[in-house]
Amino acid sequence: MNDRWSDLRTLTQARIALGRAGHALPTTALLDFQLAHASARDAVHKPWNVAAFAEEVYKLGLQALVLSTPLTNRVEYLKRPDLGQVLDQESELKLETLPHEDIDVALIVTNGLSSTAVDKHALPLLLAIADAYHGHSLRLGPVCLVANGRVALSDSIGKGLDARLAVVVVGERPGLSADDSLGLYITYAPRPGRSNAERNCISNIRPPAGLGYEQAARKLLYLTRESIRLNGSGILLKDQMPAQVVATLR
Amino acid sequence: MSYSATVANRTYRFRDLRALLAAASPLRSADELAGLAAASEKERAVAQRVLAEVPLRKFLEEPLIPPEQDEVSRLILEQHDPVAFAPVASLSVGEFREWLLSNSGDLGALSWGLTPEMVAATSKIMRNQDLIAVARRCNVVTRFRNSIGLPGRLSTRLQPNHPTDDPKGIAASTLDGLLYGSGDAVIGINPATDNLENVHTLLNLLDEMRARYEIPTQSCVLSHVTTTMELMQRGSPVDLVFQSIAGTEAANRSFGVDLSTLREARQMALELNRGTLGDNLMYFETGQGSALSAGAHHGIDAQICEARAYAVAREFSPLLVNTVVGFIGPEYLYDGKQIIRAGLEDHFCGKLLGLPMGCDVCYTNHAEADQNDMDNLLTLLGVAGCTYVMGIPGSDDIMLAYQSTSFHDALYLRQVLGLRPAPEFEAWLVRMGIFDGRNTLSDQRSNTPLLSAFGNLSGGTT
Repeated sequence: MNDRWSDLRTLTQARIALGRAGHALPTTALLDFQLAHASARDAVHKPWNVAAFAEEVYKLGLQALVLSTPLTNRVEYLKRPDLGQVLDQESELKLETLPHEDIDVALIVTNGLSSTAVDKHALPLLLAIADAYHGHSLRLGPVCLVANGRVALSDSIGKGLDARLAVVVVGERPGLSADDSLGLYITYAPRPGRSNAERNCISNIRPPAGLGYEQAARKLLYLTRESIRLNGSGILLKDQMPAQVVATLR
Repeated sequence: MSYSATVANRTYRFRDLRALLAAASPLRSADELAGLAAASEKERAVAQRVLAEVPLRKFLEEPLIPPEQDEVSRLILEQHDPVAFAPVASLSVGEFREWLLSNSGDLGALSWGLTPEMVAATSKIMRNQDLIAVARRCNVVTRFRNSIGLPGRLSTRLQPNHPTDDPKGIAASTLDGLLYGSGDAVIGINPATDNLENVHTLLNLLDEMRARYEIPTQSCVLSHVTTTMELMQRGSPVDLVFQSIAGTEAANRSFGVDLSTLREARQMALELNRGTLGDNLMYFETGQGSALSAGAHHGIDAQICEARAYAVAREFSPLLVNTVVGFIGPEYLYDGKQIIRAGLEDHFCGKLLGLPMGCDVCYTNHAEADQNDMDNLLTLLGVAGCTYVMGIPGSDDIMLAYQSTSFHDALYLRQVLGLRPAPEFEAWLVRMGIFDGRNTLSDQRSNTPLLSAFGNLSGGTT
């Protein structure tokens, strides 16, 4: 049985006016939901092919450095957020012994909760970020690629590279309407123990429905420069952000 | 004091009451993450045996957090009523389980004699069917503009969230919900931002809809309690005061609240005098894992922390309390099995402590759970006499990005268990032609005056 008020669907993405079969969902609505949930589940559980991604990063002309956490699979990753925030011993050593010049921004990519998101959007986003930074002579370290990482992983990597800022690109938790959304977190003077209140976030990067790559990169550039000017990130940076960022984006 | 037991020549030791309770808790990832879970299934089973021997009195004599360090612990001791406790005062945890299952009457008289720790400890050695059978016998009725929790009734919170708080989008979801018979517990929006102007706009939107169609229900925008207080001072139409709460003082502080703030907020709302049938006007949400997530669990397991939040809730005679059981994610409740168990525990503990306990039967996409698990928990809670569940268009909350129960799900539960909405709301549904008088949707509901009045929303409907 269809609902006569289906026109209301133009007002919201919510699943309204679905109709009914008795008191249950009609078959089409039921199966639409199943498909959306299946896509979200796949995005969460699909492992990320880091080596293949590293090849693509090289092709963009960027340096890549593959690191790892102590986690070996997705189930562990979901149960142990604490282990997604640290590097394994081998990776720690790799960072320690890596000869590097002064780095402004340590750039990190991890699949987080959506491998679909990094596979779909992370390369063009990296390119846009590299372009934006290059134009303002901000020095970028090697792009660190880590499977199964959490946002706070950027603290130890940023510290390991002695970077002024850490920026992590991470797959966001998939919803039913979007399974491919990327988030970006910026932390000034990264070191283990930083709280989320000390970070700034750019969310919902997934063109064309969400934020575009260039838009996200320009917003990141703005936040990076402000953070360096203020010697800090997070709450302290938030207040003055909206109006100016909007202006920058136009 | 430490606890120990020897089974098959092996001695198991538990450092203190907190460690024993945690080890006796059915497995969940939150306790594993906190390093509190039993090391093996056998250790868990032994801990349950040891816990069964602990006298209920022990929980009064040995507070899990020293009262001088924690206002929730002080509140728990202040609330305890020795007269109400008398009938079970000599029992151990194991004996109390049997006492609960052997008696058949209403358990309301007992609630102020029990502490959260007694109730939660007992639940740890109860099967799911025990939790259901006992919770069914706790009748808790609350009133604001209708009567919630009467026997044979199931209410629903209509949750018309929108990612940008767009008033038209919210009105469309609200209308859809009403046309499916949802909304007698509350029409409650989780705002995308806590901005004052924004919340004020949403409060007015809901209040106008309710007043125009004389809907016997209440509305709520689930903003922070301090935002709601500010809006009450500015004259916004606030029916219910919402706040997320937890079971330790430190966890509540991480939410930006304490008992005195809640007391002050309730007093302000009482003075508005907006309830017509009663003055239960607080709305609380809780969930296992919140204290751990705030780093404020004091070495206490997730379920005990959760039950302690109910001591906070009952201090304020709430209209509604619900656990948001699967929202927190798999590092706290890993899969459908853990979510179902936690939902039944929370409902049992809340009801036995005298709360109008509902449940947001829900999960996120990174949990090992799906809509079938939610069907299971929903059905079990329906049998257990759960006060209310959520109604979300198609189960999909497009703002909070998680899945809960839908308008259709509540109708399913009404149908299979014969559960009716709150009586005042049911009468309104029949008057509006939405229900047919036999607890089912009317085939004629497209002709409801509600729909024609909202028809101009999208510029063309009907």
